Amino acid sequence: MAGISLQNVVKNYGRLEVVHGINLEIDHNEFVVLVGPSGCGKSTTLRMIAGLEDISDGDISIGDRVVNDLPPRKRNVSMVFQNYALYPHMNVRENLGFGLKIAGQSKEAVEQRVQEAADILGLSELLERIPAELSGGQRQRVAMGRAIVRHPEAFLFDEPLSNLDAKLRVQMRTEIKKLHNKVRTTVVYVTHDQVEAMTLADRIVVMKDGYIEQVGTPMEVFNHPVNTFVASFIGSPPMNLIPATITSGQVEFRDATKIPVPSRLAGSVSDGQEVIFGIRPDDLTPIGHGIHEARETTDIDLTVDLAELLGTETLLYTTFVGQEVQGKMFDPRDVTPGETLTFRLSLDKAHIFDAASGQSVRRH
Amino acid sequence: MNREMKKRLRAAGLWVTTFVLMVIMCVPGLWVVLSAFRPNREILAKPPIWVPEDLTLNNFGKIFGFGAEQVAIPVLSYFWNSMVIALTSTVIALIIGMAGGYAFARFRFRFKNAWFLGLMLFRAVPGIALSLPVFMLWSRLGLIDTQMGLIIVYVSLNVPFTIWLIDGFFRQIPMSLSEAAQVDGCTRWQAFWKIEFPLARSGIAAAGVFAFLTSWNEFALASQLTRSTDSKTLPVGLMDFTAQFTIDWAGMCAMAVIIIVPALILTFLVQKHLIAGLTFGGVKG
Repeated sequence: MAGISLQNVVKNYGRLEVVHGINLEIDHNEFVVLVGPSGCGKSTTLRMIAGLEDISDGDISIGDRVVNDLPPRKRNVSMVFQNYALYPHMNVRENLGFGLKIAGQSKEAVEQRVQEAADILGLSELLERIPAELSGGQRQRVAMGRAIVRHPEAFLFDEPLSNLDAKLRVQMRTEIKKLHNKVRTTVVYVTHDQVEAMTLADRIVVMKDGYIEQVGTPMEVFNHPVNTFVASFIGSPPMNLIPATITSGQVEFRDATKIPVPSRLAGSVSDGQEVIFGIRPDDLTPIGHGIHEARETTDIDLTVDLAELLGTETLLYTTFVGQEVQGKMFDPRDVTPGETLTFRLSLDKAHIFDAASGQSVRRH
Repeated sequence: MNREMKKRLRAAGLWVTTFVLMVIMCVPGLWVVLSAFRPNREILAKPPIWVPEDLTLNNFGKIFGFGAEQVAIPVLSYFWNSMVIALTSTVIALIIGMAGGYAFARFRFRFKNAWFLGLMLFRAVPGIALSLPVFMLWSRLGLIDTQMGLIIVYVSLNVPFTIWLIDGFFRQIPMSLSEAAQVDGCTRWQAFWKIEFPLARSGIAAAGVFAFLTSWNEFALASQLTRSTDSKTLPVGLMDFTAQFTIDWAGMCAMAVIIIVPALILTFLVQKHLIAGLTFGGVKG
């Protein structure tokens, strides 16, 4: 078992560069999730680690071996594909044992390892079935079984849950997490779903357009997004981002509304600076319907355009400075559209980004 | 006339049409098979004898050189030539077809579409249109009246088709299966033979049957390029039954049956492979 290291890894297809020199250190037994919108290079990065794509420049090491020019079979990793890629003409037992058989293991050894993997994943009853006779969740489990049976140095997951329906996706997400707890191994997991990223990862790598935007634990990425892209991509519903200007130590919005600059950020902004003010819906709540006691708050009146009931909370859509801003009401009461409420804004949870660069003004 | 009657009449009309069409299609074949077991005089009788009165194996006997009557036609040589030429050209066309089909399905290369279009256009040219240039070329090369000469011609006739058909089957197999096998420890070559080949088997079998039948049944080019027992195939051999003034219909029909039977047997043997459908299920359902 081993960590994975990417140094200045570049990928281009002809003249088109899709991954621009990324650096990433993945620790032994760490669960790292690459997340980003489609076309951000996350799958390409994973396939480069697997050896299914050549790297155009840079180095990839697994353990202490540089694997740049090794074919997939010599990298000792296993991979779960988006469409599972089970071999349709083999039954579950043969699918699980295929890699071991290719490696020339004895029949007894293969049988024992297959049984062991089948036990972990609850597949023992299904060993004689062919993939066409399995449900989506079962196929998913077989794909994972095929990955663990070889005891590889790392598991690579390429959007493994995106073909499942919503309920099964949540269930399998939990199973993957449990599996990782049982079979401690380095995992690189690609997804476009930020909820999967948040729930599964030890560390999240947010990618966009072939660059790494931010690397951090889920809470770091959630609480301290380094730029507006990460701020809007991680978290659901997304953070409200409202353009403003800093004037005499206050945040002044386009409609001349002023609120104080959060005290922890006061030293990081200067008068006249064009900024983007960020606040998550969770931190913009009608008075008396918040979720935590903020130390530093300010109140603004907003008119509710639409209320979405989610049960334990209600999503409130309002208009502020000509743009849609979402707030949340915990422990909700009935709200009618058109009603004006006083919202309490938790300043200690607010973010300020430089408008020109999109970067957080918070010093790192 | 009420609606029920109309419906019945239409159904009856359909059945009659179907029957007539089937008769038109089947009778010549049946007639050939039947005539193979009848003496010449019964075949040529006027008015025709519809229901056979005298069934005999004599026609086959005289072809194969036993029995009272004999015809001097080396059917065994023709059969041998046909087998060698059809099987060899089919195997070669399949090997090229698999390599080509795989390449078209899996790899990106320059002028890929132009190549493919070229192959299809080649397929559109009737073989007989090429017979004169081929004849001249083959005579210079000394390939006239050789098995090799016909094998080359049939391979080139069949390759565009086998590539096209096999390409389609490989396309249906997701790339990720081969990738999964490679991550699982296979070389690309192993991944091909252990995963992709078994899944494309039905397509390859179908391509093989079509290629074999094309070679087995081809007459026009074979009649130009063959002369003797060295290379004459069965369809060309049929012509041996026509003399200047007479045609031995019974012998000809017996030989036609000999041509038909292996083709039928082959098609029957591989028919289960012709039914595709194994591919799906391993990927998302």
